[in-house]
Amino acid sequence: MTETLTMGRAINQGLRCALERDPKTLLMGEDIGRLGGVFRVTDGLQKDFGEQRVIDTPLAESSILGAAIGLAMRGYRPVVEIQFDGLVYVAFDQIVSQLAKMHARSAGRVRMPVTVRHPYGGGIGAVEHHSESPEAYFAHTAGLRVVTPSNPVDAFHLVQQAIASDDPVVFLEPKRRYWDKAEVDVGSAPGLPMGSARVVRSGTDVTLVSYGPMVRTCLEAAAAAEGDGTSIEVVDLRSLAPLDLKTVIDSVRRTGRCVVAHEASVFLGMSAEVAASVTEECFYELESPVLRVGGFHTPYPPSRLEHHYLPDLDRVLDAVDRSLAY
Amino acid sequence: MAIPTHAVDDTCVQLLTPEGERVANADFPLDVSDDELRALYRDLVLVRRVDAEATALQRQGELGLWAQVLGQEAAQVGAGRALVSGDMAFPTYREHGVAWCRGVDPLAVLGLFRGTTNGGWSPEEHGFAHYTIVIGDQCPQAVGYAMGMQHDAAENAAMVFFGDGASSQGDVNESFIWASVFNAPVVFFCQNNQWAISEPLERQTRIPLFQRAWGFGFPGVRVDGNDVLACLAVSRQMLQRAREGAGPALIEAFTYRMGAHTTSDDPTRYRLDTDVEAWRLRDPLERVRSFLHKQQLVDDAFFAELDDESEQLALSLRDGLRALPDPSIDDLFANAYAEPHSLVERQHDEFARYLAGFAIENAP
Repeated sequence: MTETLTMGRAINQGLRCALERDPKTLLMGEDIGRLGGVFRVTDGLQKDFGEQRVIDTPLAESSILGAAIGLAMRGYRPVVEIQFDGLVYVAFDQIVSQLAKMHARSAGRVRMPVTVRHPYGGGIGAVEHHSESPEAYFAHTAGLRVVTPSNPVDAFHLVQQAIASDDPVVFLEPKRRYWDKAEVDVGSAPGLPMGSARVVRSGTDVTLVSYGPMVRTCLEAAAAAEGDGTSIEVVDLRSLAPLDLKTVIDSVRRTGRCVVAHEASVFLGMSAEVAASVTEECFYELESPVLRVGGFHTPYPPSRLEHHYLPDLDRVLDAVDRSLAY
Repeated sequence: MAIPTHAVDDTCVQLLTPEGERVANADFPLDVSDDELRALYRDLVLVRRVDAEATALQRQGELGLWAQVLGQEAAQVGAGRALVSGDMAFPTYREHGVAWCRGVDPLAVLGLFRGTTNGGWSPEEHGFAHYTIVIGDQCPQAVGYAMGMQHDAAENAAMVFFGDGASSQGDVNESFIWASVFNAPVVFFCQNNQWAISEPLERQTRIPLFQRAWGFGFPGVRVDGNDVLACLAVSRQMLQRAREGAGPALIEAFTYRMGAHTTSDDPTRYRLDTDVEAWRLRDPLERVRSFLHKQQLVDDAFFAELDDESEQLALSLRDGLRALPDPSIDDLFANAYAEPHSLVERQHDEFARYLAGFAIENAP
């Protein structure tokens, strides 16, 4: 059953499996039907599952979330697509004030099995509001889970695990990796639970922690460093809330050094939480402070500048070198 | 062109005048038995009693806050009694009268304002969603729920409550669009009580709110919100229409918030006593009382029994409120997520250990 799939196609296959498995699963979003989504992630699903289950909505993100909450109260399992990262803020109130709080508010009586999918991150030369990394907002919000795949295999499984969860899950799709390909066994069971991180490359000198679009960059950095005699272990977080700290901490205890890389601004970004947790748990094992690599505290730049804003292989290795030199 | 926004205009549906005279309306006939009339009056009286008791309990420090429903009892009882089993109501934080009609224990409502819960009842069991405090958020949720009813081919409808202030919210206007294009079985019930805390209706709209419905593609009706019979008749008809697949409708119940916005508010800073006095003459309870009297549908014993029931209810609320247990910190951790969550579990364990440290210190 192994197929070569892009990440976009792998998510499509995952959505198809979820729609086949549970008649209560519905897809809602803008342009997800006949068009198949602006990135074609929902391509063909409306044709096969009908307009009642793959629903093109009015252009109103807040109500996409509000309606999903109502459908979840009615016993449905809505999967909503927000077309771009910079458009999710329109729905922020429904996500933060309603979706995230409903289970606690109702003392567990009302479940919110809602999946919020949206592409995130830069690197595709897009216009403003189409390259942002809002993951920290959601990870900071109690009541939500946040996951992000870095490769097609994880994308296929994680999206199904997100949909199967009885909690609301923000599923972040690294848009510049939509076209990355891998062999995906669409008949296989997921190798890891949804909340698990994974060591994607073993190493001994420094732990490089990342997620989503930056994992590939980090793997490339690790391959380049190997030539210089530096052995980098790369951890793909996969789940940003909750964090699988055990996998990170086990790695840092082996290497004694830790660098965290992501596209989002480092100030109060995911790397801040990882750095604080690693410091708390590995204080005596650390050979150097945890270093962070990421975006600047500026609005995301016009795309002709984004190569400076997005951490590349060299900026990651610069941080690795500083960690080793400490 | 004169734009009526602040007075009941000619199109306002009324079946019982402030003087207690029954009037007919060809579009909204109401067949109501004597028993139903007495039951409606009982609802109005008891809802008012709950409200008065809660206000007093707030003044005594037993509630952190209370949002009075005073003056809006007829709108809420009329709408609430139009709902049937299987329908779902989506309230704001002031729908104590609808809660009453849906069989929610008033004590559960008071618990929200005492701080013992943020929810307090089962939405599914009562057909009554949790109170929503962010203005207008419940409207798209109600539409989603109604879309679910439509998918299920259920012959039910959702009814969502909001106010004149909320009519300015994006979510409310979006929900009109969604309801319209999906033909969702949802009735929008706007209680126009003239004030959004201190902001008058003129700051929200230049046309009567019910007229907005036509722009979204469904009918709008203005009803005398202090006339329980009119509110019942219009709500019944619009709900039935939605249940039968004819789509959404907007009801504007034209009423008045006789009390403060909440017990923290001071309406003397922004409105005139004379306005309040004018609305007092339109009281939603007095007209029913007067009608029942004139029609000789009740006797002194009826009122005496109702007074007694009312006092018993207040007494049980006072006692029950003080006896409400504080929520458990363990439940806070337990209910943050439906499924196990490593961070919450760790914090729960750490906090339990922290608390246990005091137990050891305080041991004899």
